Amino acid sequence: MQFTPEHEQFRKVVATFVENEINPYVDKWEKAKIFPAHELFPKVAEIGGFGLEYDEEYGGQGADHTYTLVLMEELGRADAAGPPMGISVQATMSTPALHRFGSDELKRKYLIPAMEGRDVTSVAVSEPDAGSDVAGIKTRARRDGDHWVINGSKMWITNGSQADWICMLVRTSDEGGFQGMSQIIVPTDTPGFSVGRLIEKMGNWSSDTAELVLQDVRVPVSNTIGEVGRGFQQQMVQFQDERLTVSYSAAMGARRALERTVEYLRVREAFGRPLIANQYLRYNIAELMAECDILIEYNRSMAFRYAAGEDVSRMATNAKLKVGKLTRQVADLVVQYHGGMGYAEENWAARYARDSRIIAIGGGADEVMLRVLTAYEGMDRR
Amino acid sequence: MKIAVCVKQVPDTWAEKKLSDSDKTLDRESVDGVMNELDEYAVEEALLIKEANDGEVVAVSMGPDKAEETVRKALQMGADSGIHIVDDSLAGSDSVATAKTLAATLKDQGYDLIIFGSESTDARMSVVPAMVAELLDLPQLTFASKVSVDGDAVTIQRQADYGYDEVQASTPAVISVVEKINEPRYPSFKGIMAAKKKPLESVAAPSGEPVGLASARTEILEFAERPPKAAGVKIEDDGTGGVKVADFLAEQKLI
Repeated sequence: MQFTPEHEQFRKVVATFVENEINPYVDKWEKAKIFPAHELFPKVAEIGGFGLEYDEEYGGQGADHTYTLVLMEELGRADAAGPPMGISVQATMSTPALHRFGSDELKRKYLIPAMEGRDVTSVAVSEPDAGSDVAGIKTRARRDGDHWVINGSKMWITNGSQADWICMLVRTSDEGGFQGMSQIIVPTDTPGFSVGRLIEKMGNWSSDTAELVLQDVRVPVSNTIGEVGRGFQQQMVQFQDERLTVSYSAAMGARRALERTVEYLRVREAFGRPLIANQYLRYNIAELMAECDILIEYNRSMAFRYAAGEDVSRMATNAKLKVGKLTRQVADLVVQYHGGMGYAEENWAARYARDSRIIAIGGGADEVMLRVLTAYEGMDRR
Repeated sequence: MKIAVCVKQVPDTWAEKKLSDSDKTLDRESVDGVMNELDEYAVEEALLIKEANDGEVVAVSMGPDKAEETVRKALQMGADSGIHIVDDSLAGSDSVATAKTLAATLKDQGYDLIIFGSESTDARMSVVPAMVAELLDLPQLTFASKVSVDGDAVTIQRQADYGYDEVQASTPAVISVVEKINEPRYPSFKGIMAAKKKPLESVAAPSGEPVGLASARTEILEFAERPPKAAGVKIEDDGTGGVKVADFLAEQKLI
């Protein structure tokens, strides 16, 4: 496992991109409760930020997974988590199944514009009554000749109000449970599709999160990704990439939050000396930094293994669980150590605490990770 | 159209820069090197001209081993090949020696245009493009905020305090560009990979010209760190604060 000079050069490009194209606008986008994806995504595409691991034939970059690691680590260092979350959705959550299981025609029509950043995309699995429990989804597509007619609603959809198309998991039979689901590409200009409402969230303000409503939405059956009825299984593969990338970016984001806190403690004086002179504060920071470093190395090991073709699903589950817990500790510390300033909205620490809280919930909650891990150990069998 | 674009590696803009105690030149080893920002505009302009007129772009840099990174960056952005002039004898060269070295390397190579950023963020003299033009006996179109090429005619808008002058010359010519002439592209993932395979030649200093610290026409006798900022004047507002502030500003000849 070793980064090449090209990895380091790409890292610099992404870091500069974050510094020039994201950070200067973050305050404005946070206030507006949305970032302009149709303006930002073509720029992301320009550096090769979409489809790093996809075929060049479909607008991909032909890189291996370790470059996704580099991209996500550097996006994790941005001043707000909202825009990177929108980018991550398009790079690693809404498009992997299309690339892996989609037909040539479907990829030409939908994947290429997304990879060029012209199209903004979302993935829609959760519903008002089914989140972690994916088997509980109710949105139903009924066949009518060459079309699906879709009815239902989807919840927590990142990029949802800006998306041009959505990779949607729906029921295509009455089998129930994990059976009879399919992934269908739903263009958002299809009659009957609407954004029900935007959800006001605790954090990630600059990322739009929508509830979607589908009333008799007619989509060609040829918009089905892969096999009809295999949607759940295909979505589970797509979820794994999400766990990996969340862990890459959040571990690096936590590291940066601690570094920024050190910078503050060096200049903030109390009782006649800088706060950093206080051993209690710096020891606690050092301890969490050590945990970040260990997780970052674990992530990197996982990325290189994944690139080499190994199954890393258990590692990804471990990492996702750990990063969810760790960011909660880090967020608590950075707010506390900034004192009143940490509670003030004008300071980054408050935003970090709000933004990072989703890590332990989205992409599979901590409790889902624990459930999966207990199954790995056979502890779920009595 | 064959275009040379001259790029320089400079210390990172935000880094703390130091002079070395031994030869009193800039300590380039202790800081991260980056491509001089204005040279990014020069590379972009070269690429735009190439894209509109066909041809090739050659990135040229003079500097220590590390400066190869900067030539490489130009290749990642899209330049076709690179030349890195690297030679121990060049260390400490002043602007005249730099211009002579670049001119000797660029001479008789069939370049239609030689493009520079208008200044480097370390030395900030803005003289090398003009010196190279003079040494090569080529027209100089400096401080360009816009460049248009039509056949062998090159027209620029030369940035001035009162607006701009329109200046025209025929190729071959030397151009220096100012900030905001364009929006430099980022190297992309594919650009990074493609650059690995592009020719990047390391060449020694052309012989015959005195270069390096010993040839410099100026000498640094002594240097000192900038003194830390002194504490300002504190005015307590006892009702006459406004007057005191005004008096202070008047004393400083600010009002």
